[in-house]
Amino acid sequence: MEKTEKREIRTIGEFWEFFKSELKPKGNPWTPFNLISGTVMVLGFIFIIYRFLTGLSPTTNLSQMYPWGIWKGAVVNSGVAFAGGGYTLAFIVYILGLERYRPMLRETVLFAFLAYVFYAGALTVELGRWHVFYNPFIGNKYGVSSVLFIVAWHFMLYIVTLALEFSPAAAEWVGMKRARKILGAAALGAVVFGVMLSIHHQAGLGAMFTMAKGKLHPLWYSEFMPILYFISSIYAGPSVMIVVSSITQRLYAHRVDEEYRKAHPQIVLGLGRMCIGVIFAYLFLQLILVHHEHDLQYINTAMGLWWLVEVGALGLIPMFLFIHGVQHKNLSTINMAAVLALIGVLLNRLNNVFIAYNWYLPLSLKYRPTWMEVIILFTIIFIDVWVFRWIINRMHVLSKPPEWARAMEKH
Amino acid sequence: MNRRTFLKVMGSAITGAAAGSLIRPGVSGAQGVFDDKEFFGILIDTTRCIGCRRCEKGCAEVNYLPIPDISEKANQDIFTKKRKTSVTEYTVTNLYETEKGKVYVPWRCMHCNQPACHSACIVYALEKRETGHVTWDKRCIGCRLCMMSCPYNIPQHVFDEPSATIQKCNLCYGRFLQGIVPGCVESCPTEALMFGTRRKLLEEGKRRIAQNPGKYVNHIYGELEVGGTSTMYLSAVPFEQIGLRTDLGLKHYPEYSQVYLSAIPFIAGITPIAMLGIAHVIRMAKKDAKKEEHHEEEHHEDKIGH
Repeated sequence: MEKTEKREIRTIGEFWEFFKSELKPKGNPWTPFNLISGTVMVLGFIFIIYRFLTGLSPTTNLSQMYPWGIWKGAVVNSGVAFAGGGYTLAFIVYILGLERYRPMLRETVLFAFLAYVFYAGALTVELGRWHVFYNPFIGNKYGVSSVLFIVAWHFMLYIVTLALEFSPAAAEWVGMKRARKILGAAALGAVVFGVMLSIHHQAGLGAMFTMAKGKLHPLWYSEFMPILYFISSIYAGPSVMIVVSSITQRLYAHRVDEEYRKAHPQIVLGLGRMCIGVIFAYLFLQLILVHHEHDLQYINTAMGLWWLVEVGALGLIPMFLFIHGVQHKNLSTINMAAVLALIGVLLNRLNNVFIAYNWYLPLSLKYRPTWMEVIILFTIIFIDVWVFRWIINRMHVLSKPPEWARAMEKH
Repeated sequence: MNRRTFLKVMGSAITGAAAGSLIRPGVSGAQGVFDDKEFFGILIDTTRCIGCRRCEKGCAEVNYLPIPDISEKANQDIFTKKRKTSVTEYTVTNLYETEKGKVYVPWRCMHCNQPACHSACIVYALEKRETGHVTWDKRCIGCRLCMMSCPYNIPQHVFDEPSATIQKCNLCYGRFLQGIVPGCVESCPTEALMFGTRRKLLEEGKRRIAQNPGKYVNHIYGELEVGGTSTMYLSAVPFEQIGLRTDLGLKHYPEYSQVYLSAIPFIAGITPIAMLGIAHVIRMAKKDAKKEEHHEEEHHEDKIGH
């Protein structure tokens, strides 16, 4: 695979030289994926500059009746749930002590960390006055009654927490032994803090809509939205990791070590098994809420049918596919279940933001993303993927830490 | 675990839980009286409004907005569509054809007693003043959660500028501090708009209803809706017919996010202890299991050794 002991980096000058050498691509950079994503990214940069020069309006289709669109919907509302693997898997390994899931942990934490960092970037593009985005943090009047205040602070703290959780891998990359020891010891504390932060902000994304009563269709609106959001993040995160890890196992097979390769099927099986119970809890809660809030009368409408597609089809079908895949130990079924579950969660979040929001407006007034918005969205995703790939190819993410680092861990 | 540790753990858990119940964010001024300052508001009597739109012109003048054309000809066209407030129009007037004929309804920020927008504001750029005015300022970062939260869809965002806040009627707070009435009230020729303390406006509204039996619907819109608002309406026809939603409930909007906000300190107190507790118990159990294995191995080896 790669050489064992690296010389320890001690000065910034040494680090700069090392970093520059690491920037060189490993393998052929002119792959189809790179060409396509590269083109999208170049276009995206142009549109982002255009957005900063002219405001949100020509670039996006946001309007007074639809103040939030696909960036808030797909990136903030959904993407954060997708990054939920960071806290669920950390909980499974560090709190429940299930060591057999550990090989997937670094990949998960890295994925979550990059996801949150790029969401912060997307938010910068999305805010009306992005250049004072620091206002909620510097105490220029803390809006303590605002759910978004809680969410913003938690985002910031959680990015730091995830960075701390991933930092041992970075310390190994530069060979800094003392840093590696200190950072490794902080793991449990960071995980516990991260679980608490995650409960707050995953639920917080749902709590943002609690005051949209009357504008959000009754089938989607509930005073229990925070809890629904939290539960769906518990299965959305692992579902994403099932899909992502299945891809990385194949695409980066040269970086995957023997232990992870052997353990991967069992990990996927275990996560799939967990998702069955969580999706069931989510669907059961949805059913109780719809009944309790007398919303069943709406099922017989167009929006009602749409709700059945989202919660029914994209909730029940993944659950049954998970059951089938786990029973027959069929990994591709489990992967398919995970993809459908993801789409269900994404659809729910998009519904809350702009589809079931002000649903009664005529079609001509409804929000549709511009193609510029979509390109910018994919630009952010592609930059994330490029950085993810860069790190996987250079640090111990898909493989065990090097011998000298493992010797430091006291289990 | 010994008694001392148990008590420490329980103590921290209960403190965390109790702290949650003490924080009640987003609750400002109760029923219209706040620290012996009263809320001010505007009573809009839709039976007196003649649709001249001088209020719109007055508002534009005092707020340095584009002055609307309110000539006869312009007014004939403008009332063919229902308008919403915008970033250049903090108040608009709409025409409704009702069972009692044409009704003109001026529409603007309701200046709620417990505003959803202020409660949602991440930097409190939107503030509920002691005098009832809900104002906005340049602290706004343009997150637009206020727009999602306002039941009346009042805050408007300037989408086509690179740096943009939300904007809305601020009940002419600046003029109020100088002792002058709002621009719209000053311009109204028929006293359809009346400015005063909320208490006096409610008294006046009730007096008009009582002294003109059958003329008005027996309710002042905004007295109780969404916990009470400072912009209130009198109408000759049911309020749904003049574009005022009556299905928003009486609960003030910030209360809807109260449950989540109160739970934050509670979860912050309980979660770390619960997580560490679970982790500790599981590690102890694993250690015990390993000890058992060792014992059995030794025992087994002893047996074989013989």
